[in-house]
Amino acid sequence: MRLPDSKGHFGVYGGRYVPETLMPALIELEEFYLRLKGDKSFKAEMDSLFANYVGRPTPLYFASRLTKELGGAKIYLKREDLCHTGAHKINNALAQAVMARRMGKRRLIAETGAGQHGVATATGAAVCGLSCDVYMGSDDVKRQALNVFRMKLLGARVIEVSIGSRTLKDAINEALRDWTANVRDTHYVLGTAFGPHPYPAMVRDFQSIIGREAKKQILKAENRLPDLLIACVGGGSNSIGLFHAFLEEHSVGMIGVEAGGSGIETGRHAARFAGGSLGVLQGAKSYLLQSDDGNVLDTHSVSAGLDYASVGPEHAYLRDSGRIEYTWAVDSEALEAFGLLARTEGIIPALESAHAVAEAVKRAPAMGKNEIMIVNLSGRGDKDVQQVAEMEITP
Amino acid sequence: MSRIGAKFDELRAKNEKPLIAYIMAGDPSLEDTGRLVLELEASGADIIELGVPFSDPMADGPVIQRAAERALVRGVTLHSVIALVKKLREKTSIPLILMTYYNPVLKYGEDGFAADAAEAGVDGIIVPDLIADEADSLIAACRPKGIDTIFLLAPTSTPERVEIVAKASRGFLYYVTITGITGSALVTEMGMRERIREIGAIAGLPVALGFGIATPDDAAWAASVSDGVIVGSAIVKKIAANDDMKSFVSSLKEAMRQPQ
Repeated sequence: MRLPDSKGHFGVYGGRYVPETLMPALIELEEFYLRLKGDKSFKAEMDSLFANYVGRPTPLYFASRLTKELGGAKIYLKREDLCHTGAHKINNALAQAVMARRMGKRRLIAETGAGQHGVATATGAAVCGLSCDVYMGSDDVKRQALNVFRMKLLGARVIEVSIGSRTLKDAINEALRDWTANVRDTHYVLGTAFGPHPYPAMVRDFQSIIGREAKKQILKAENRLPDLLIACVGGGSNSIGLFHAFLEEHSVGMIGVEAGGSGIETGRHAARFAGGSLGVLQGAKSYLLQSDDGNVLDTHSVSAGLDYASVGPEHAYLRDSGRIEYTWAVDSEALEAFGLLARTEGIIPALESAHAVAEAVKRAPAMGKNEIMIVNLSGRGDKDVQQVAEMEITP
Repeated sequence: MSRIGAKFDELRAKNEKPLIAYIMAGDPSLEDTGRLVLELEASGADIIELGVPFSDPMADGPVIQRAAERALVRGVTLHSVIALVKKLREKTSIPLILMTYYNPVLKYGEDGFAADAAEAGVDGIIVPDLIADEADSLIAACRPKGIDTIFLLAPTSTPERVEIVAKASRGFLYYVTITGITGSALVTEMGMRERIREIGAIAGLPVALGFGIATPDDAAWAASVSDGVIVGSAIVKKIAANDDMKSFVSSLKEAMRQPQ
C-alpha cells in the first residue's frame, strides 16, 4: 500500500489540521510537488546540486574501532554530518528552495530550533536567489548565537519569537501565521517530516536519498542487506530518510531513538511514543505529549533538534504497525555516546545523532560479529561543542 | 432551528444584522467572563463566541495569544468553560458559540464533548484549525445534539473549497476578511459584497465577516457587505487594558444600524 492516501493520511495519522486560509496553498503545493516528482529537469537539477553543492553521496563508513570497542555487530555510519552545512537538513531545504523558485515564489520562511534547518534554508535561499526569513524562539536565539550569525551572513533575517515557550514549537506557530498572511508570494520550508499534508510525504521523499544511497553502499561493501538500522527521531526526517528505502526488506530491523531527556519517569523528556497519546498539533494528527486537557506539554532534551512534543505521522503509523521499534536514550547516555564516538573514531556527532549512537552502544554487544548495523549520523557536533563544554562535562 | 439561526432570522425581520462578540474565557478569570457575557449582551452583542484557551493558537494574533496565556495560567480548560456556559444559562439565552482548537476537543472525546456542551447550553462550535474535510467525526457528534458546526472561508478559498465548507456548515459561515490571523489590519477589498452574496447563495446560510474588524467604521462597512459582524481582538484588548468595553461594543452595534 502506498502511503499517505490522497488526503495525507497514514492510517489514522497525518491529514491537514490548518486554518482554511492555508488550504489553497497546501493544495497548490501538493499539485506542484506531484508534477515535480516526475519532472526530468527537476531531477537533473537536484542530482547536480546534490553531487556538486551538497557533496553527495555521503560516505558509508565502517567504524572499525567503535565496532571493536563494543565487541559485537559491525557498525557502519551513514555520514550525513559531511553534507554541506553540516547535517541532513540541507537535502530537504535545498530541494524545497528549488521547488519554490520553480513555483515563482520570491520568499522563503522557515522555523528553526537549534538553527540547523534555519541555516540550511538560508543556504537554499542564497543559492536560489530568494529572500529568507527564519523564525526562532528567543530562548533558542540566545543559546545558538553562532547559528544566528551564520543565518545573517547567508542573507537571511532572523525573527525572534518571544511568546509561549519561546522555542521550536512557537517558532512553527509563528511561521504558520506568517504563511497564512503571505501565502501568495511565500513558500514555507518546513524542516521535518511533520505538519500538514503534503509536508510529511514530501520531506520524506526529499530525505529518502539517504536510504537509497546506504542500500547501494552496503550491498557494495558487504554484498548483503544490514540487519539493523538505527536513527534518532525528532520530527523524524533523518530517520524516515534512512528507513524508507528498506521498509519492504523484511529482514532489516529498524529502531528509532527519541529523546529520553532526564528520564521518562521525570516527565522531562520528548519521548512521544513512551509518554504521548493521540493528538493534533501544527497540522498533523500523531502521538502528542499533552495534558489531560489537551494542551501541549513542554518537552526537554539536551538536544534541541529532538525537543518537540509531537512526531511525524508516518512514524506513528509504522510504530502501530510494528514495522519499526521506537525507544529512547536519556541525556546522559547521549552525552556518553557523544564522547565515545569522538574518542574512538575522531568524529564529533551532533547531540541528536548521539542518541542513535547511544542505542548502538546498547545493541551491538548483544549481536553477532557477522551481523551488520547502520547508524545514521544525521549531523556533526560542532554546533554542540560549546554547550557540552558549558555543562562542564568531560564525556 | 438553533438559537443561532433564530437570532439571524429575528434580526433580519428588524432589518438588523448580528454583532458577534468574541472574548477569551478565563481572561482575566472565569467569574469575570460570566459577568462580561452579560455586559456584552446588555451593550448590544447578539451572539457571543467564547474562546477556549489553548497552548498553541496558530490562527491567532498576539492579542488573543496573550489572553489565552493568561487564562491557561488560571487553569482554565474546555471542561471549565463548558461548566461556565451551564451557569450562564441560568441568566441568559443569548446564543453561545465555543471557539476552540481541535486538540482539546479530541482529547475530551468528540461524542462526550458534544453531549456535555449541548447539555450545558452551547449552541455552536468553531474550530479554526479543523477544515471541513477532516471534520466528519466532529460533525457526526455535534449534529444530533443540535450544536451548529461553523467553518471558515477565506479570500483565497476556491469554488471547490466553498462547496466543501458550505456542506459541512450549520448556523452561519465565518468569512475571514483577510488572509491572515486574528487582530490583523482590515483590508476593505472591492467586490466583497458580491463574493459574500455568491457564497451565501451556494450555502443557503448567512455569512458573517470576521478578523481585523476593530472600529465602528469597520463594523459599519462589514455590516453593509455581509450578514453579520464578528469582533474579537479589539474587545479582548479593551478588557485587557481595563478600558470601557461596554461603550465600545455599543458604538459598534450603533454603527451597524446606520443605513449604508
